[in-house]
Amino acid sequence: MNNHVHQPEAIPTRHKPKRDLLELRQEIPSSIFSAAGFVVPALLLFSWWLVTELGFVRPLFLPSPQAVVMEGWRQLSEGVLVADASISIYRIVVGWLAATIVAVPIGILMGNYRIIEGSLEPLISTVRYMPVVALIPLSILWTGIGDAQKILILFLGTFFQQSLMIMDNVKNIDMNLIRAGQTLGFSNSEILRRIILPAASPGIWDTFRITIGWTWTYLVVAELVAASEGLGRRIMDAQRYLATDTILFGTLFIGLLGLLTDYVFKKSGQSLFRWNSQTR
Amino acid sequence: MNQTLIKPKVAIDSVGKTFRVNAMPLVAIERIDINIRENEFVSIVGTSGCGKSTLLNMVGGLDEPTSGEIRIDGVPVAGPGRNRGFVFQSYSLFEWMTVQTNIRFALEKSTMAKAEKTELVAHFIQAVGLSGFENAYPRQLSGGMRQRVAIARALVYKPSILLMDEPFGALDAQTRGMMQELLLKVWEDHKVTVLFVTHDVDEAIFLADRVIVLASRPGRVKKDMDIKLGRPRSFDIVTDAAFTAYKREIFADIREETLRVMAMERA
Ligand SMILES: Nc1ncnc2c1ncn2[C@@H]1O[C@H](COP(=O)(O)OP(=O)(O)OP(=O)(O)O)[C@@H](O)[C@H]1O
Ligand SMILES: [Mg+2]
Repeated sequence: MNNHVHQPEAIPTRHKPKRDLLELRQEIPSSIFSAAGFVVPALLLFSWWLVTELGFVRPLFLPSPQAVVMEGWRQLSEGVLVADASISIYRIVVGWLAATIVAVPIGILMGNYRIIEGSLEPLISTVRYMPVVALIPLSILWTGIGDAQKILILFLGTFFQQSLMIMDNVKNIDMNLIRAGQTLGFSNSEILRRIILPAASPGIWDTFRITIGWTWTYLVVAELVAASEGLGRRIMDAQRYLATDTILFGTLFIGLLGLLTDYVFKKSGQSLFRWNSQTR
Repeated sequence: MNQTLIKPKVAIDSVGKTFRVNAMPLVAIERIDINIRENEFVSIVGTSGCGKSTLLNMVGGLDEPTSGEIRIDGVPVAGPGRNRGFVFQSYSLFEWMTVQTNIRFALEKSTMAKAEKTELVAHFIQAVGLSGFENAYPRQLSGGMRQRVAIARALVYKPSILLMDEPFGALDAQTRGMMQELLLKVWEDHKVTVLFVTHDVDEAIFLADRVIVLASRPGRVKKDMDIKLGRPRSFDIVTDAAFTAYKREIFADIREETLRVMAMERA
């Protein structure tokens, strides 16, 4: 009854006792997969330790892992770390939220209405290539030297990319879903709210996850000028005294917080959009 | 062939459709005239790009003809409406809704009482053989099962016309056969007029009262053929002499068309 369905050809498969880890696109045991993720950093850490232990480089250029850990401990016990982290997290959250609150509606509108895409896309695409660091003087002029300036920088670093990505998330949904909504008699605004938004939401959530990562990377830039506290500030201050252990600790710590944020978004996305998982 | 005296259910009256592609006109459909009777099952076949989807979309009100008119029960089509149900080739289900809520969503605009809706949803879940999967999400279903949800969703609000655009195109041969039988059964139980677009000539003949072959570049009707095979049909009819004769004729038409298009492309 069918002309174009091909039966899969019988390829004689010989089961190899040991599966190769370097097969193209082949699944490997998940234990090996996750272990591999630890092995590489561990190797790096080991060579770092070895290089400093054997005295190949001066501590000024590369302090030992122990020194970095000690520096972390010092900051923690003196209370600096918590103070820095809380102010920085506050700035990140507010800056990212502000960007998101504006980017979501704009991205959704751009994704649904060609006229809005036409009028905003060229502008946003241009602005997003402008270096945010260059905007520091202007941001100070506009918002002073308080928290607002840092938040503005984080906003600028996040917003433009984010709105374009959300536009794409919205555009990527299946046109037939919209058509199905039309044939079922739903109005445009109902289709937008009840079909387009839920259909695009896993993609939008993923955009959130990616963009908050970018907000983290802008932290040092945001705290470059006129800040007395913050994880980024601490790094810039350390530069003055050539305190490389402080610099390294601060950098790694920001990376760690970024990783944690990523994880939180990934996990919450999985439970928010359980319907989106492939598992049978 | 179809000069029925009764008013046609669907009248496709000198319909043409021209798209603009990069400011150049592209004649997708030149001129098509088809009258479809109430409860008729019509299959539409033709080479790729001959305008089958375009035609179906226009009947569905998702697209507008550039010339001519489509009337349903004598009323010109002016957009999508709940007298028509649509089943697309891609499983266009609402993935964030369960099987049950997907189907129920289609009833949201009806004025029925809640209990009646619940009953209707349950009835259609059963009719398409998805009992036990009410609370599954589309991602958890196989292709055939998803398309059964789509069929139930398109029928639950009792449209009088069902438009199907290659609904089984992505299914394997076995599943496809099962779906065809299921569709015929549902069609016999809930009388609706069906416009069924397919690439598969066997499928077209097996299902339909009438097969329309479209010619391409630009699209127009090449053949309009009544299928006089008894109903209910079972799968063994595909080996009947009558079935094979229809098949041979339609294949010849499609082959001729394909060759003509290939020659045009070479020129
Ligand atoms: N929105 C559109 N804009 C421009 N051209 C279009 C559009 N939709 C369809 N066409 C063109 O119209 C012609 C008919 O397309 P249509 O999708 O109706 O063909 P089809 O018969 O359904 O083909 P297939 O069997 O591949 O699905 C094609 O040449 C196609 O490129
Ligand atoms: Mg098509």
